[in-house]
Amino acid sequence: MKIGPKSGLALALAAAVGGSFLTPRLDAYFLNILIDVGVNIILAVSLNLINGYAGQFSLGHAGFMAVGAYTAAGLSTLVSANLLARFHGFEHSCWAFGCFLLALLAGGLLAALTGFLVGAPSLRLKGDYLAIVTLGFGEIIRVLLQNFESLGGARGLSGIPPWATFGWVYGWVAIVIFTVLALVHSTSGRGFLAVRDDEIAAQAVGINTTQYKVSAFVIGAFFAGIAGGLYAHSKQFISPEGFGFMKSVEIVVMVILGGMGNTAGVILAAVVLTLLPEVLRPVAAYRMILYSLLLIVMMLTCPRGLFTALGERAKGWLARPKNGGPP
Amino acid sequence: MAAFLQQLINGVSLGAIYALCALGYTMVYGVLQFINFAHGDVFMVGAFAGYYCAPLAAKLFQPQSALGAVMVLLTSMTVCAALGVLIEKLAYRPLRDHPKLTVLITAIGVSLFLEFAGQKFFQADPKPFPELLPHAQYNPMPNLVISSDQLIVMGVSVLLLAGLHFIVRHTKLGTAMRAVAFNPQAAALVGINLDRIISFTFALGSALAAAAGILYAMNYPAIDPLMGVMPGLKAFVAAVLGGIGNLPGAALGGLIIGVVETFVGGTAWSAYRDAIAFAILIVILLVKPAGLLGRTEVEKV
Repeated sequence: MKIGPKSGLALALAAAVGGSFLTPRLDAYFLNILIDVGVNIILAVSLNLINGYAGQFSLGHAGFMAVGAYTAAGLSTLVSANLLARFHGFEHSCWAFGCFLLALLAGGLLAALTGFLVGAPSLRLKGDYLAIVTLGFGEIIRVLLQNFESLGGARGLSGIPPWATFGWVYGWVAIVIFTVLALVHSTSGRGFLAVRDDEIAAQAVGINTTQYKVSAFVIGAFFAGIAGGLYAHSKQFISPEGFGFMKSVEIVVMVILGGMGNTAGVILAAVVLTLLPEVLRPVAAYRMILYSLLLIVMMLTCPRGLFTALGERAKGWLARPKNGGPP
Repeated sequence: MAAFLQQLINGVSLGAIYALCALGYTMVYGVLQFINFAHGDVFMVGAFAGYYCAPLAAKLFQPQSALGAVMVLLTSMTVCAALGVLIEKLAYRPLRDHPKLTVLITAIGVSLFLEFAGQKFFQADPKPFPELLPHAQYNPMPNLVISSDQLIVMGVSVLLLAGLHFIVRHTKLGTAMRAVAFNPQAAALVGINLDRIISFTFALGSALAAAAGILYAMNYPAIDPLMGVMPGLKAFVAAVLGGIGNLPGAALGGLIIGVVETFVGGTAWSAYRDAIAFAILIVILLVKPAGLLGRTEVEKV
């Protein structure tokens, strides 16, 4: 039996919610890593829509994440501080559930609005100019947050309620993967690929390239905002420094390692690159040096992504006839 | 009035450093059409080369002597020129025919590598930069203070800019460089060795970045492995502001960014001074993407 995309989404959501009933038994350290993996998958898959499928190189994904994180965390700390005092047991009521959902969505929507503002200049810029403008936007967001005293300023925002459970995170992982894949494989979504492959040709056959570029930014930013909200509610502390240029680069590296426009590869890369620092803990001092060398070597040897290259090799190997026939 | 002049002088001396750095971006963009993200980190390596060379220079000559300072500057420029050539050879040359994005990502990788290797080998804590020359202050007007370091920054920058202008305009190598920037294929056809010219461009740009690093370290006396990130990005903004690929434009852009940033730093908005360069960048790209002195090119199909 073949599972359709919609039933796949339903199954994944059910598995995420079911999983969250099992996770309290897990080790806290392990659970933490699992949640980090989930958040990074959302970030990488959403950036892949902008960078990989629509071909608009963005270096400001951490900025969108910051907008979502601060909006959601600001709302939920405000609400829980005011309501927690009045209702006993607010933490576990379905009100908390609703509040979290609304806070996350508000964060996502504000991030999407920011994405629209960043997407607008992308109409006129391409390649490295666009990369530097998105980088600039990310830095501006960080500096603004540093000076936003009511949200903690440079000290950061603490005391965020720990609402982001396994179920929440992996529920959103399922949603973002479904959305991006369904979008890209739909008739109208093919426009993203057309804009990436040859913008002038796409324009010539009547594709509204502007609309595609901006919608890639808006959708990608929305999910980055959601990821930010989830991140804030699992770490319970956020500071502007955590959403700097380095964070954006980290997400970009996931997309590149996985292969731009290869969602399965990108998910795998997000998992590997989140686990890698834990594995490399014994050589922590050289960890980041190795990481940057990996990036350079990868670009020199297989610029289309490690997992894309490996996937093709595996396919070729599987397709090869047995019994030594002609290859 | 004195306050205005004071800010202007501070701004110009900061801007001169950005200008030196911006020239490296713009030259590399001129010949290869890509952003050398690692340029800001070459600037950092330049400051550290000076840091390690300064005790040696003090031993060889008198401490705080002019000759010693010149030796520090020249050594650091040589080290960085070699580093620039090496980076180009190992990381960028194999990718010359690849999409620009691939090279850009490699450049980010090189930049991260220099930063993290720097944190490992130079240690991450800020280090006080040795005083290469004795300090002095001049008071031409009440409430107006000019330090000798600021004068040195401006003097050295003007000298280097004049030197660069001479090399680019009046030497064979400089002419070849302009030819490569104008049309690489045609330049190769008339017998210009592309690899050699590109190496030379990287050496020149990196040497200027090293000088900028030393001058920056003299004015802001602590150096650390991440010191190149912000000045590097701002210098890039300066290059875009002036029109990327355009040498006088880069110098002009550097001065403008330095002055604007210093004036913003003197107002109630001082907390936003790191964001102002990016705001300028976004506005300029929206209003005049070719930059102040650049020319617009139409992509032909």
